Amino acid sequence: MRTADLVTASILILLGGVVIFDAVRLGIGWGTDGPKSGFFPFWLAVIMVVACGIIILQALRRSSREVFVTREQLGPVLQVFWPAAAMVLLTRFVGLYVASALYIGFYMRWVGRHSWFAVVTLSVAIPVITFFTFELWFLVPMPKGPLEAWLGY
Amino acid sequence: MVLGADAEGTARSLVGVLMGLENIFLGFQQALAHQNLFYAAVGITLGTIIGVLPGLGGANGVAILLPLTLRMPPTSAIILLTSLYWGALFGGAITSVLFNIPGEPWSVATTFDGYPLARQGQSGQALTGAFTSSFIGAFFSTVLITLFAPLLADVALRFGPPEIFSIQLLTFSAFVGLGGGSALKSLVSVMIGFILATVGLDIVTGQLRMTFGVTELMQGFDFIIAVIGLFGIGEIMLSVEEGLSFKGVATKMNLHVVLDTWKILPRYWRTFVRSCFIGFWMGFKPGGATPASFMSYSFAKRFSKNPNQFGKGDLEGVVAPETAAHAAGVAAILPMITLGIPGSPTAAVMLGGLIIWGLQPGPLLFKEKPDFVWGLIASMYTGNILGVLMVLAFVPFFAAILRIPFAILTPLIVVLCAIGSYAVHNAMIDVWYMLIFGVIGYVFKKLDYPIAPLVLALVLGDMAENALRQSLIMSQGSLAILFTRPISGVITSVAILFFIMPIITPWWRRIRGNPVITPAPRET
Repeated sequence: MRTADLVTASILILLGGVVIFDAVRLGIGWGTDGPKSGFFPFWLAVIMVVACGIIILQALRRSSREVFVTREQLGPVLQVFWPAAAMVLLTRFVGLYVASALYIGFYMRWVGRHSWFAVVTLSVAIPVITFFTFELWFLVPMPKGPLEAWLGY
Repeated sequence: MVLGADAEGTARSLVGVLMGLENIFLGFQQALAHQNLFYAAVGITLGTIIGVLPGLGGANGVAILLPLTLRMPPTSAIILLTSLYWGALFGGAITSVLFNIPGEPWSVATTFDGYPLARQGQSGQALTGAFTSSFIGAFFSTVLITLFAPLLADVALRFGPPEIFSIQLLTFSAFVGLGGGSALKSLVSVMIGFILATVGLDIVTGQLRMTFGVTELMQGFDFIIAVIGLFGIGEIMLSVEEGLSFKGVATKMNLHVVLDTWKILPRYWRTFVRSCFIGFWMGFKPGGATPASFMSYSFAKRFSKNPNQFGKGDLEGVVAPETAAHAAGVAAILPMITLGIPGSPTAAVMLGGLIIWGLQPGPLLFKEKPDFVWGLIASMYTGNILGVLMVLAFVPFFAAILRIPFAILTPLIVVLCAIGSYAVHNAMIDVWYMLIFGVIGYVFKKLDYPIAPLVLALVLGDMAENALRQSLIMSQGSLAILFTRPISGVITSVAILFFIMPIITPWWRRIRGNPVITPAPRET
């Protein structure tokens, strides 16, 4: 927990530094018509960097044996994350509905070990229902791929 | 002459009251239109489902649904979204009582006595008590909003940039000083939100900020995406990490149980009154619902004749936190419609909705769109009446949702989040942002960086910056203007007091010799 705290605060200080750098480029003082563009971000970043600095000092002073995340905990989290990222990537090529069908089916089979019947039924039914709800009823277009084009949408 | 002025004053106030009556009457005409009642029912159903499901709370439920409301009339749209919010508040009570899982942070206190009651086979009584208390708390706050919102809006109309900025300071100081948890981390969250809000085009000077030549960053970060990622995806990751297993208690809910419980409830009238006031008072400040529920619970315990019964299944222990949490949840709407400053992340998303529908949130709404404002206020009455009846009738159905296997719920929620993110701007990059915000939300939650102030700062960033800029232009660069004007002076002073409270409180306790109290769990 302590390490994670230190790493997060350090990353935030780094980002704060980037913001300060850009704010100085834009000008942090008084322009012709009021404060320049960099004024507000500059002070925000300064406050953030100072606060993160104190967080680091506090974290250094205490000892902690608590682990940020155990291997047993990280497993299921990554099981959610990677397939979700893969789905977003796939959406570009096959459209959101097909990608979400593959994603739901994959997750149900891989993590939930549901029967193939349940996997196929739900991974087809859920995207079809969302298609009718969003695309046809509420007229909110989603990214579509070759399958939808073939069906005429 | 004196008598004449008096009579004139009385006449004017009478006219004021009559106009108020007329306004709320017009509002009810809106709220009771068939179409809007239908939207309220849909909103409550969806909201309760969302409140029951892990990983989907009021804020991201509203965020996912927001793109769907684009083509609706604004009044119907806000009724749909607020009803969703009421539903989510009700839904949190169901999981707390039946599954010992608080769906929302403000339902944590409800589990203390709700779950023991359910274990003793009194789930029907506990749920009826919870819903009825929620309803009473919400109703109380709605009445106060009806009475005070127009007055507050009138006052707010006279606010200049220094006053607006000082209210912003107060909003965020409340998170830092009263939010619980690490005050420094709350401060950092606020700053991150504000910094993210500055990314992109600066509309005042026309310069690009923090984009570093990346075209995608020119648009800036949309807070709706941030809400869906931080609350939706982040929450899902946390839930799977904890290895969710739902061991629920079956419900025994029928008209008989409901009526029997209603016979007992008037006994707790003192608790109701006290909790209503605590809830409203805490609730119109940001982040108030959770502390309100805890405070109300501990007050009820202190004033109870048999405090030992608390925690073992006392109906009063359900009544107190639920009344306060709902009074607070509804009170969060007050600053949103009168000042344009939301009191909770959910209210923040609704505020975003107002902007998308082409309305300017803030005090002018009362003058320019009275049908919208009063329709909204009236719908708070109808929505809560409809809500309490619906949840009482369909509890078994809502509880059954938690029995859906987790491997189906998880991908379904992720897909819904992706759809909601994409629909905001029809851009795939937003879906990637959603995933990144999801990881940030997961890490931040684990490290106790609060998410709600980040979201609120992201929403209010432009407004805060403009208010500060204009204030400084008025004073030619001196921050003293925040103190020299009477209203902003008082508000700024209170804000500064809140900011330094985390520093002085431990010191004060040490002097008095009181033990250091562990901070209350914070609202995220």
